[in-house]
Formats: sequence, C-alpha cells, structure tokens
Amino acid sequence: MIKTDILIIGAGPTGLFAVFEAGLLQLKCHLIDALPQAGGQCSEIYPKKPIYDIPGFPEVLAGDLVNNLMEQIKAFQPGFTLGERANTIEKLEDGTFLVTTNKGTRHNAPIVAIAGGLGSFEPRKPLIDRIKDYEDKGVAYFIKDPEVYRNKKVLIAGGGDSALDWSIFLADVASEVTLVHRRNEFRGALDSVEKVQSLKNLGKINLITPAEVVGLKGSGKLEAVVINKTGDEDEEITKEIDYFIPLFGLSPKLGPIADWGLEIEKNAIKVDTFDYQTNIPGIYAIGDVNTYPGKLKLILCGFHEATLMCQSAYQRIFPDKKYVMKYTTVGGVSGFDGSKKEAPKAVVKSID
Amino acid sequence: MAKKNISGMSDVKIKIKDRDGVVHEVDAPTDMNMNLMEIVRSYELAPEGTIGICGGMAMCASCQCYIESDHQLPGMSDDEDAMLAEAFHVKDNSRLGCQIHITEDLEGLEVELAPES
Repeated sequence: MIKTDILIIGAGPTGLFAVFEAGLLQLKCHLIDALPQAGGQCSEIYPKKPIYDIPGFPEVLAGDLVNNLMEQIKAFQPGFTLGERANTIEKLEDGTFLVTTNKGTRHNAPIVAIAGGLGSFEPRKPLIDRIKDYEDKGVAYFIKDPEVYRNKKVLIAGGGDSALDWSIFLADVASEVTLVHRRNEFRGALDSVEKVQSLKNLGKINLITPAEVVGLKGSGKLEAVVINKTGDEDEEITKEIDYFIPLFGLSPKLGPIADWGLEIEKNAIKVDTFDYQTNIPGIYAIGDVNTYPGKLKLILCGFHEATLMCQSAYQRIFPDKKYVMKYTTVGGVSGFDGSKKEAPKAVVKSID
Repeated sequence: MAKKNISGMSDVKIKIKDRDGVVHEVDAPTDMNMNLMEIVRSYELAPEGTIGICGGMAMCASCQCYIESDHQLPGMSDDEDAMLAEAFHVKDNSRLGCQIHITEDLEGLEVELAPES
C-alpha cells in the first residue's frame, strides 16, 4: 500500500503545483492520474498551444508549463500512479482515507486533494452497432501491449496523431495494418503524415479513405469489419481482421468521483472557499473540478486554491503546531532529496 | 428590430434547440468577442462539463451543432474541418459552436446542439 501525506487525484497543473506548496510545509504527496503521463489537459489536449495568462510568463506552451512544474517539484519527490483511475474511497478507523484505483492499487493518506479537472479521460467510442459486444474480443480503444498484435491483422480508425503513430508502429509488428479515415486529409504532425505516406507507398499500410467502419462481424469474437467507402458511388467492403482499434480521442468524464458522497453541482464539486474543503472533512477539491460562487476555471486560480488547501491540510495533520507561512526568498527550498536552494548571501566587504 | 446595447452595437436573436429538443430564443451580444459555444454556456443550455471542454480551441467537438437556418457563415478553418472529421453524429450542416463568432449577420440564426459524445 502506498502511504503519503496528501494524496492528489489528478496530475494536471493544479495537482502538480500542490506538490510544491505541500513540500514547503514538509508534506509528501502522491498523485494518481488516469492518463499515462502527467500534465492533464495541458499534455493530452493542447501541449503545443500557447497560454498567455500564467503570471510572470508572457507566453508559455502548455507542454512547457507542465515540464517546468515537473522541474519545480522534483526535489519534493512526488510519487505517481499513472494510467489508473481512482475508483473508490473509504474512511478508515484512524480517520485516514484509503483510495483504490481501477487496477487495485491502494493508497492511504490523511488528506485527499481532488484536482481532477473535468474528470478522467475516457476513449470516445464510435457509434457502431454491437461494438460493446466485441470490446476485449477484438475491439480495443487503447494499445497497452503492442505485442498482442504481432502477426495479426489490425485495422485502425481515426485521423489524428494517435491513429497515425500507432499505424506506423504496428506496421513493423502486425502482419497487416489498415488505416481507415473519413477524410483523405489527416490531422497530425507533418512527419507522421509523411511516414504513413511512405509506408503506404511501400505497401506496409493499407489506406482506405474516405471511409468509415459501419459494421462488425464475428461470432464470439471479431472476425471482420464492414467498411463504407464513400465516393461517387458508395462501396461496401467486408474485410477480415483480428483487431479493430478505433482511435477517436478522449473525452473527460467525472466518473466514479461522482459517487463518493461529495456535494456535486454542475458536474463540479462544491467547496468552501476558506480552504477548498468539500463537505467531507479531509477531502479537498482544487482547480477546474471544484465550484463556488465566482469560480473561474483558470490555471492561475488552481495554483491559488492549491496553496490555501496545503495550509489547511497542514493544520489538519498537525492541529497543535504553530506555524507561520515563510517566503521562499527567506526560507529557500529544502527538498526531500537533500537539495537546498536559497538566495545567495550578500557579500559584506569594505571598499578601499 | 434588434436591440442596441450600450456600445451602440446590436444584440442578435438566436434560436438554440438544446439536447432535450427544447428551443430557446436568446439575445447574443455582438460586442463581447463571444462565440456560439460561449452563448450556450452563458445561458446554461447544456450542463457544464458537457460543452466547451477544450475551452474553444476546436479540439474536442463537444460544442458541435447543426445550422438549421440558411445563414451564410464564414468558412471552416482547417482545424475545425479536421475535428469534425473525427467527431460523431456529424451531418452536412455540422459546425463547431466555438468557431462561430457572434456578429450582426447572425440575426435570426437557428441551431440545434448535437448529442453529447
């Protein structure tokens, strides 16, 4: 079981900055995120987009902001449980919380800070008849272990980066890779598009465009898909395959957190603006996931909320300790890794 | 007659059919640099968290709508076009609400919100 002081659910910018503020108070953090990498929406949806309202940064790419935050919190050695979704929460007899993920990883902490943004990202599933019946029986929305596809016939649908990148990768693994997209144009990094073009020319990727998978066939497991190829006259193609991987992006869902007994309003968790605590003492909600009168879903507001949350968490953990906030310009930053950052001492030296 | 707002520009009337089929006629300001997705959110015609997820960058399609009146709208950017190519429930008259800026030309516009996906 993973034990920590503050268990943060959601590794977006707000959750990451909470690690820093907690670290200044000598509190340790562990983060859980459903995505395989830290950064939340900044990494998943718009890493290449510039943000203009981070104080002190006239312009910063969302991806760079995440990299900077990771650098800023490194000395506080946060733990990460990535690619897993926080599923259940339980209050133990000693007053601490036990949070278990969908993969059964258990986390124990006296404080839980939900920094879940709009929720955990779930794959967007195409509207194809009976697709649910074939999930895990030939239909997959994520590629977890590419070896599963070795020497198999794989069909990928989608027109974005993940569809392109996985088609390229699997071209060397699968016996046959087919890429189906509704348009002739793809939306992805230029070199990915060019690579798919050259693999198509080499006959290593079958490209079927503009087309759409409209039906699934097979008894017990997927055996073939029906593809509708649009053109002057629509053409229906039945193609035998082993795996169908639709990659149409991810959409956030509040998910299991909605059932934790927290007060929810407008798909967000209600908090007290004194310390961003929820209706359950010891559980806080910070960043885009919370709501209160006047709430603005801005990264800079999430940073503020994370800061006040940590002060309140400290008081809850150490009710008898007297503490005053210390400026980093005065106290420096002492990492859990033994590192120490502080302002250089002024030189006192006479001038002749 | 469209009502003049404080800066002398007109609000426009827009009819929006929500995801439950209810039609709302709303005033949309032309001087606030707003788009159709933001109008829908400001009148709370779709629950928060189900529309405008990416904030208006044409990167999520949660604000997809169908244009039901015969207004001539400015063309689609490559980003909007590509996003709609990956969205679900797409029809010939689909647009992303976040890419439709509210201007005086939109007086009388009628749209329907696409289902949540």
